Amino acid sequence: MAENDKLVIAGREFNSRLMVGTGKYANYQQMVQALEASGAEIITVAVRRVNISDRNKESLLDYIDTKKYTLLPNTAGCYTAEDAIRTCRLAREAGLSDFVKLEVLGDEKTLFPDNEELLKAAAVLVKDGFTVLPYTSDDPIVCKRLEDLGCAAVMPLGAPIGSGLGIRNPFNIQIIMESVKVPVIVDAGVGTASDAAIAMELGCDGVLMNTAIAGAQNPVAMAEAMNLAVRAGRLAYLSGRIPRKLYATASSPLAGLVA
Amino acid sequence: MQITVNGETVTTEPVTVLAYLESIGIDPRRVAVELNRDILPKAEYPATLLAEGDQIEIVQFVGGG
Repeated sequence: MAENDKLVIAGREFNSRLMVGTGKYANYQQMVQALEASGAEIITVAVRRVNISDRNKESLLDYIDTKKYTLLPNTAGCYTAEDAIRTCRLAREAGLSDFVKLEVLGDEKTLFPDNEELLKAAAVLVKDGFTVLPYTSDDPIVCKRLEDLGCAAVMPLGAPIGSGLGIRNPFNIQIIMESVKVPVIVDAGVGTASDAAIAMELGCDGVLMNTAIAGAQNPVAMAEAMNLAVRAGRLAYLSGRIPRKLYATASSPLAGLVA
Repeated sequence: MQITVNGETVTTEPVTVLAYLESIGIDPRRVAVELNRDILPKAEYPATLLAEGDQIEIVQFVGGG
């Protein structure tokens, strides 16, 4: 892989183009091993109320080396701009970083974004000094608006969160990449390694996933598969694939055949 | 006196936010606190006294996607 092929978000450089979530693992040990195998440097976390009556539970941060990983707190579960903004402010205070994965959901069944609320929240958060990475529909117009508002990246979905349906509209993702200058990170929808490779072969700057790894029968092995797939897809993109065509072209010389 | 913590009514002495967190076994470095809907910066925990009827939210990072 090209040594200087870095992912740059808001001036910060990352070697890995795979971002992974920390939810849904059987236990923290499994999560730690999967994070390691994924090679990810950016990991998402959620912000939730502390259980004040039962303080014996282990805490996520007991298992995560915050010097090694950049935490990307999300606003999962927020359905209004107001709730998402409040969650981001709490996240910044808890984590001392201004990176946030902004999601404002429109509906419980699809978990599709409410783009009107998303744009409202993004405008406030950018002004408030946050580095905003918004989870959005695969809509080039919305992505352009998010970039214009000052978001540090755009993160269109490949398919609904947790669905494993893969990249359902690669053409929209392609148009988004042509429409914006900020990094395009496919967030949600990946089911298996080939989905991640397809996103990277399209030229996306990164892929974010949680369920595809944590929900696999062997999450640690799947994390390694995703690590390889993202690197393979990126390398294939940089290498320049051959054009598709309908008919064959022989790979062996036509001359010198035994008559 | 009574205050509301994460939606639950609890009884406490009128202590500082830092003392309250420690009394319920919370490491102040690992959480964020909202006092009556405003973020309370960590530096203010030692000097901020809780008062009757205060509403506080204490949040932390958990696994998520």
